[in-house]
Amino acid sequence: MEYTTTILTGFVALYIFMLAAFTGFEIIGRVPAILHTPLMSGSNFIHGIVVVGALWALLNAASLPEQIIGFIGVLLGAGNAAGGYVVTERMLQMFKPSGKSTKE
Amino acid sequence: MNAALLIDASYFIAAFLFIYGLKRMSSPLTARSGIVVAGAGMVLAVLASFLYTLDVNDTAKPFLSTNLTLAIIALALGLGWAWRSGKKVAMTEMPQMVALYNGMGGGAAAAIAAIELIGYKTHSSVSLTLAVLGGVIGAVSLSGSLIAWAKLDGRINKTLRFSGLQAVNGSLLLLLLAIGAYIVWHGGVVAIPVFALFFVLALVYGVMMTMPIGGADMPVVISLYNAFTGLAVGFEGYVLNNPALMIAGMVVGSAGSLLTLLMAKAMNRSVANVLFSNFGAAGDEEQGEMEGSQKPVDAGDAGINMRYATKVIIAPGYGLAVAQAQHKLYELVKLLQDADVEVKFAIHPVAGRMPGHMNVLLAEAGVPYDIIYDMEDINNEFKEADVAIVIGANDTVNPAARSNKSSPIYGMPILNVDQAKQVYVVKRGQGKGYSGVENALFYADNTQMVYGDAQKVMVSMIQAIKSLGGGH
Repeated sequence: MEYTTTILTGFVALYIFMLAAFTGFEIIGRVPAILHTPLMSGSNFIHGIVVVGALWALLNAASLPEQIIGFIGVLLGAGNAAGGYVVTERMLQMFKPSGKSTKE
Repeated sequence: MNAALLIDASYFIAAFLFIYGLKRMSSPLTARSGIVVAGAGMVLAVLASFLYTLDVNDTAKPFLSTNLTLAIIALALGLGWAWRSGKKVAMTEMPQMVALYNGMGGGAAAAIAAIELIGYKTHSSVSLTLAVLGGVIGAVSLSGSLIAWAKLDGRINKTLRFSGLQAVNGSLLLLLLAIGAYIVWHGGVVAIPVFALFFVLALVYGVMMTMPIGGADMPVVISLYNAFTGLAVGFEGYVLNNPALMIAGMVVGSAGSLLTLLMAKAMNRSVANVLFSNFGAAGDEEQGEMEGSQKPVDAGDAGINMRYATKVIIAPGYGLAVAQAQHKLYELVKLLQDADVEVKFAIHPVAGRMPGHMNVLLAEAGVPYDIIYDMEDINNEFKEADVAIVIGANDTVNPAARSNKSSPIYGMPILNVDQAKQVYVVKRGQGKGYSGVENALFYADNTQMVYGDAQKVMVSMIQAIKSLGGGH
């Protein structure tokens, strides 16, 4: 059985955008203020997925300028993803309720 | 097994893990596992992307081994650098690091747009429009975030302002849109220098847009650029026909937009007002003389007074974190709690340099989050408090925001610390706040000033209370 990649165009793409936008809205809407900073950092990590697009672009580069820009793109995207993950993880590590305080 | 099927399936799982991870991150109880879940999605998506090597465009085939090497080097460098810097950075400097990483994401989105455009790989007008839009937004996010980072990091101190700045920025934006329209109109077939000019102008616009904005407003700006990057990533996802980018980008785009609105609302300002009003300039103008005087008090006396209080509310600000006094403060809190004093923390929505930043800083010191209260939950309790102690905060406790219509911060919701029976303000000197506004609280009859470095003040208070002996 031959598998071909689905081409997402026109209204299918529009539906995806719309549903994704509502998802983002719903997730943030009910969040207590104490988590705003970690969540901003967490969403910052998630758009680090751009590294995947940059990888595709670099692997399909067919000229020197494309290779240079692609290299920069992957470098920046990887930085976004890795940096976003580390700082978010560090922040979230610290949230503890009174009962579970590890100190003392 | 078909490579395309594997890639698509991995992206589907990754998109699910991102949304599920974000969902878990939205509650304090599950937040810690949320980032791990989302991280697993990212690793899966990146690994799957290497399957692209099996199926690249014919034109790129001769370059494949070079490209693969470049990709691995770029990944390793970006990952290695960001991982190290992220582990090292102090919690107080977190906002500028988030700005920096965010700018990198915007830059990556712009790079994708640039490759698509200069390689003449995109032809349909919808794809071209989104490639161009994503390119502008990504580039603005890159240069704007870099400026935001430099400002918060203290590398740029001056705010660029001249009359006609908004007119210049407006024309720059129009020019950008005109070039973008020109590119789309010609089906993407325009000379390379046009593309170059387009991206350079977008970068310049990001700088010009961010330079006039004062440091106090940077949190809103960073959040806005976070949403920008999300949008840019979503748009480039469409261009690359990559649903993982489309979904993740758009989720962040809308979540980031909402977060930006929430933050601006907490400061009682609109996002447009933050971006275009040159806030903070008003601090240079006449604000009228303050009546009364600032009354100093000894740190030890203030500490002992708190020891015999029934209820103490602490209003911390960024100054607390700058002085690295959170740990000493928590030590003081524990002493007070042992003496049966009820202690609560009151957090203004914009305390610190990002919303929720103060919560992170207190959490770092080990303060449990269930004695930390948001402004709206605790503001009615100040009138029952014997002591309210303000540490390193200023604008967020300035009663002028309620009463003085000529004050630049008029209308901003504030913590009602002035309603407590006794107010102590721990402050380094007699200066003004981050926004440059004079604070009426410092001159109030029930306010006493404890001058000094916050950490040393905490130590003096702790010693004074300990010298009383364990009095239960």
